[in-house]
Amino acid sequence: MNNAASATLSAKIVEPTIFELSSPGRRGVKMPASDVPTTALPPNHLLRSDLPLPELAEVDVVRHYMKLSKFNYSVDDGFYPLGSCTMKYNPKINEDTCRLPGFLFTHPLQPIETVQGNLALMFEMQEWLKEISGFEGVTLQPAAGAHGEFTGVLMMAAYHKSRGDLKRTKMLIPDAAHGTNPASVGMLGFTVITIPSDSRGNVDLEKLKAACDDTVVGMMLTNPNTLGMFDENIEKVVNMVKDCGGLMYGDGANLNALLGIVRPGDLGFDVMHFNLHKTFSVPHGGGGPGSGPVGVSQRLVDFLPSPLVGIVEEGDDETAPLYDFVTPKNSIGRMKAFHGHFGGGLVRAYTYIAMHGPDGLKDISQYAVLNANYLQARLRDTYKIPYDRICMHEFVMEGQFEGSDIRALDIAKRLMDYNFHPPTNYFPLIVHEALMIEPTETENKDTLDRFADALIKIAEEAKSQPELLHDAPHITPFGRMDEVKAARELVLCCWLPENYDASQ
Amino acid sequence: MNTPTNLKYTKSDEYFDPATGAVGISDYAQNQLSDIVFVELLVDEGEEVTVGKAIASVESVKASSEIYAPAAGKVSAVNKGLSDKPETLNSDPYGEGWMIKIEGGAGDVMDSVAYEKYCEGRSH
Repeated sequence: MNNAASATLSAKIVEPTIFELSSPGRRGVKMPASDVPTTALPPNHLLRSDLPLPELAEVDVVRHYMKLSKFNYSVDDGFYPLGSCTMKYNPKINEDTCRLPGFLFTHPLQPIETVQGNLALMFEMQEWLKEISGFEGVTLQPAAGAHGEFTGVLMMAAYHKSRGDLKRTKMLIPDAAHGTNPASVGMLGFTVITIPSDSRGNVDLEKLKAACDDTVVGMMLTNPNTLGMFDENIEKVVNMVKDCGGLMYGDGANLNALLGIVRPGDLGFDVMHFNLHKTFSVPHGGGGPGSGPVGVSQRLVDFLPSPLVGIVEEGDDETAPLYDFVTPKNSIGRMKAFHGHFGGGLVRAYTYIAMHGPDGLKDISQYAVLNANYLQARLRDTYKIPYDRICMHEFVMEGQFEGSDIRALDIAKRLMDYNFHPPTNYFPLIVHEALMIEPTETENKDTLDRFADALIKIAEEAKSQPELLHDAPHITPFGRMDEVKAARELVLCCWLPENYDASQ
Repeated sequence: MNTPTNLKYTKSDEYFDPATGAVGISDYAQNQLSDIVFVELLVDEGEEVTVGKAIASVESVKASSEIYAPAAGKVSAVNKGLSDKPETLNSDPYGEGWMIKIEGGAGDVMDSVAYEKYCEGRSH
């Protein structure tokens, strides 16, 4: 399709914003006459005369969002190999369980006697996550991964402070880390020391050794890291950090590679967040909802956020135990209103774990690793893989070719024309023109082959018809977005504020 | 890769002009970052800086990164208009895209030949 044709097509199917569809006086609900006494309005300074909300009928609203939803691409549409995001298929049974009336129609402020089932689920979830990770305690509160990181770092800080060890201000973070790691550390005012990776994608031991001293709070390590590499010296790394008095933080973003095989607690980690929305099939993308429980070793158990769910009266064959909220001895306090993302996160993840059982969880990780290695093997001859060894659940290749101006972004956009969601691009930063591919365990060999075939074909197109890549995508409702303009002109409103000056 | 021979370069891709004291990012750096969409200078005129101090924050469509002082001394000038025109860092990194000027001596820097070699060795 030429550009003019695709522009016409785009123009035809563009959906106006809901504000542009608004018509004054149109409405979706006709309210009955008031049958309750009227009361005085709040004082004038709390009122505004103008509230520019859209005015539409219900059918207009439904059709508008139905159209928009058709522009979307989700894991229910097709393959979604977005590296480090674990975009696995989310089983639909999770949707049934989280809508069970006993879960759905409860409120966090209900008397605990009336929500014992919810508390039992939370208690069991804490126990299961402990068993899966090898930790001594788990909080379910954090709202997502980065919130879990922040919770973990707060506990690390509280641990050192409780020992009067106040000179520790440095956090060691490898250069392959997720950007949220240094951000979480920055929230506490600690200093980030970047530790380079070596040529095999492991933590550079010499550099780590040089950074280890009595000012180290700890180290935040993702293992396997964002290159998809399991650190071959993990025990040495953990010991070095511990020998200088630091604590080991594990970023659980890549836990999907380890279920039933390696437990971070057994490796010597002190704290780790789980991403229930990655590893345990809570739907995500488009901003949530996430869920980031945090597990800790024995020395951090007393610092866990409050409250946890505990058994306050043991049960027996006749009576169920009584569950209640309990507060750890030196708790860092509450991290979130109420108890974490209960229905959206915990019930779905609980269902997922229950449906798989221990052997099923191990299968998940084994197939996730097998799928990634299969793709890596199929693409190795076509794309450069800078850290080329057996990978875990994901791998990173370069989206560029010798003597060509094609970049990772062009390849990513062209993949959309083959009906695939692009991989993560330009991350991790230590690989030039990175394309980071995580197939997950839920894809079959046919899908993996179609994806590999598409990438091999695109590499040929890059040589024979590079303009196809430069202008991609061609078959999507919208063509190539102007990312530079979007980043430079930060207009997020659907109408321009009065006195808006684009140059400001 | 454009690496003027009169400038000195750091491993973190800043340049320093020993003649004028001008500091900015190298052509290699702007090319790696691709389209730069935001720049914020973190130091003021008259401030003393040490080698390695963060002097600016730069964001592109690909990544964000800190820019560090390649020299120690007094900041004698800052390019005030730069934040309104971040694209200047792409189009003219050694000219209009200068960030600050430092009156003082360079830290650990390379000449253009060594820097080019260093960049060529970083293809992974």
